[in-house]
Amino acid sequence: MTRRTTTALAAAAAACALLAAGCGSGFEDNPASTPQSSGPAKLQILIGSSGEAETKAVQDAAAAWAKATGNSATVIPAQDMSQQLGQAFAGDSPPDVFYVEAGRFADYASVGALEPYASKISDSEGFYESLRNTFTFNGTYYCVPKDFSTLGLVINTELWKKAGLTEDDVPTTWEEFTSVAKKIKDAGITPLVVADTRDRLGAFMKQAGGWITSPDGKQATADSPQNLQALEYVQSLLKDGLAVYPSAVDAGWGGEAFGKEKAAMTIEGNWIKGAMKADFPDVKYTVHELPAGPAGKGTLSFTNCWGIAAKSKYKEQAISFVEAMTTVDQQMAFAKAFGVMPSRTAAADAYSKEFPEDAAFLKGAEYAQGPVNAPKMESVLVDFDTALQKLKDGDPKQILSRLQENTKAALGG
Amino acid sequence: MADATLTRGRLTGARGARGTGGRRRSVRSAENLAGWLFVAPALVIIGLFVLLPILMALWVSITAWNGQGSPFTGSVEVVGLENYTRLFTEEGLARQDFMTSLRNNAYYVLVVVPLQTALALGLAMVVNARLLKGKTFFRTAFYFPSVTSSVAISVVFLFIFANSGVVNGLLAMFGVQGPMWFSDSRGVLHLLLDGIGLADIDDPPAMLTESGPFGLSWWEWLSGPSVAMCSIIVLNVWTTSGTFMLMFLAALQNVPVSLEEAAMLDGANRWQRFRNVTLPALRSTMFLVLTLGVIGTWQVFDQIYVMSQGNPAKTTLTPAYLSYRTAFRDFDYGSGAAISFVLFLIIVVLTLGQRLLLRERGGRS
Repeated sequence: MTRRTTTALAAAAAACALLAAGCGSGFEDNPASTPQSSGPAKLQILIGSSGEAETKAVQDAAAAWAKATGNSATVIPAQDMSQQLGQAFAGDSPPDVFYVEAGRFADYASVGALEPYASKISDSEGFYESLRNTFTFNGTYYCVPKDFSTLGLVINTELWKKAGLTEDDVPTTWEEFTSVAKKIKDAGITPLVVADTRDRLGAFMKQAGGWITSPDGKQATADSPQNLQALEYVQSLLKDGLAVYPSAVDAGWGGEAFGKEKAAMTIEGNWIKGAMKADFPDVKYTVHELPAGPAGKGTLSFTNCWGIAAKSKYKEQAISFVEAMTTVDQQMAFAKAFGVMPSRTAAADAYSKEFPEDAAFLKGAEYAQGPVNAPKMESVLVDFDTALQKLKDGDPKQILSRLQENTKAALGG
Repeated sequence: MADATLTRGRLTGARGARGTGGRRRSVRSAENLAGWLFVAPALVIIGLFVLLPILMALWVSITAWNGQGSPFTGSVEVVGLENYTRLFTEEGLARQDFMTSLRNNAYYVLVVVPLQTALALGLAMVVNARLLKGKTFFRTAFYFPSVTSSVAISVVFLFIFANSGVVNGLLAMFGVQGPMWFSDSRGVLHLLLDGIGLADIDDPPAMLTESGPFGLSWWEWLSGPSVAMCSIIVLNVWTTSGTFMLMFLAALQNVPVSLEEAAMLDGANRWQRFRNVTLPALRSTMFLVLTLGVIGTWQVFDQIYVMSQGNPAKTTLTPAYLSYRTAFRDFDYGSGAAISFVLFLIIVVLTLGQRLLLRERGGRS
């Protein structure tokens, strides 16, 4: 018996010694603002790359910047951006510059991980207003948007003709959309395939004049009559067979279903261009603005910003790097390389000249709604998506009141 | 280990009894020291890589650490047991998600563990049969899924269970229209109740939907595994039964043939021989397989991460995946760690319960 106790005591003592040894090194508090280090910088840049083309374009641009300024820059494409960033912040060794997804921005900003550097970039007001709002937290404009995408109505030319429709029939309002969809359905074609998430269906809420939170991201406005109207409209489309979710036609997302010609229309962003070119080069399609709802036009925007870590040792160089990445010329180079839209308004003309078929996406920038701009909202929004998956047989009112309650709890706490 | 040192200590002690008492003690303590020195590397490694991380995680679970910098500084807010109480007593999304994940995983364990154990035992009996030709081939074939990467198998199953995949193709041959596996969130028990006319799935009885423990209604608790979860259940039974088959096979080969022959002479039929001779001989292996099965199924993560991420409608959400999501997606590391400790407790309690159930009657533990 005593022997057992001694053993246990010894084990506990050993554990404590280990704990002390472990904690002794490197767990001290860092000062609130990390001082600038002198000498040439070695910038670490972590990007959530969309593919080979993007990685290479950013690497080339970084190499050019490094050469011109005498610093060095290493671009690392992330496998799982939020997990890798989370680990880096927890380990106190974040990369100096990294992509920040708009939907996650508030989470990072609220815990003080981001350096609010945006005002130090030249012509920092020259970015689209809706994008600047997306990266503003508690009144501070933190980081500059890298580029952006918006949602548009993508129409399959062949199926459109098959249903006896012409270019003049492209719907511009909800009423027109419903009647066009009915015609397509009568021709035996599925009218619309749309993903079952707030990142697509949220556009209808915006068109009806509602949104999940107030513009400053401080109040929950989920149970408004506008939102209810939007969900009821989407529900009626689903019930009448005028719209289906991708999983119902065996596809992972709207673009895949559209490319396989399972439906005549889909609602997706400009990333669909690359997917169609790579996987379904023979399918002809056109892109239009989303039909307007009772409150006018509405779409959603998706964007990343160039985040700079509050704990970076080379903030000056990092800002100079971001400056170089967000010039009009560089943004156009990125646009040509991997099909994103420049976030600077000054680049709009050059872009629409280069890609006239993207006019609808670009126009969306003026009235687009960014993702929910508040921390701790991820699990609330996942819960909302869960409800949207069952929208066809669900009760929109109940879905919204549940979203309202959860949003309130998340914003309050 | 301790027993061995003890015996050896006594032996040397007896030999040294001819000398003085002082010398006897010093010989013993020298051997003790040597013993500790021998186990020291193992102790250090276990302490550093097992015990220390567990203690650190335990600390994180009582803080509101947001993932910025180290959790072991004065600036991290300590919230005590709040991360735990939120999972059980506070109305809200956190409790609802956690309880949903517990429900999903409980049904998962209830189906997978008996199935995989029965299948593994059956396969082992087949491979162990004296008359079977090509034993090596079957042994390899049955074991194959267990050594293949679970991510690769998950992706293959995604194709097999696709709406126009192999499974639905087979069902169609029998005139059955298969479900949309990975987007069907309806519970199997719900469908069953609906099928026998006890409850309408679109309009469940108000008695069940109005109330229920821990923020979920009785109706939700009684859903059973969802159709989507069923495909993951099939996957897991198929991949793990191979490993357990090997364990059963090893145990079966240890059952003396003479025992079985004696039972045959006594006039026992095939079932009686299995029930009264083979099964009791497999008791300890059975405990091992059931324990490993329960631990493995409560910790299911990679299949969920690859195949469904908790979708559709949270019916494949499990505590392990929820813990990951809470920590790394919501930056709520405290809650994430708390979930994993609750999971740890569940597993420990279940394992102790199994030990109690499977212990041999008649005093021996």
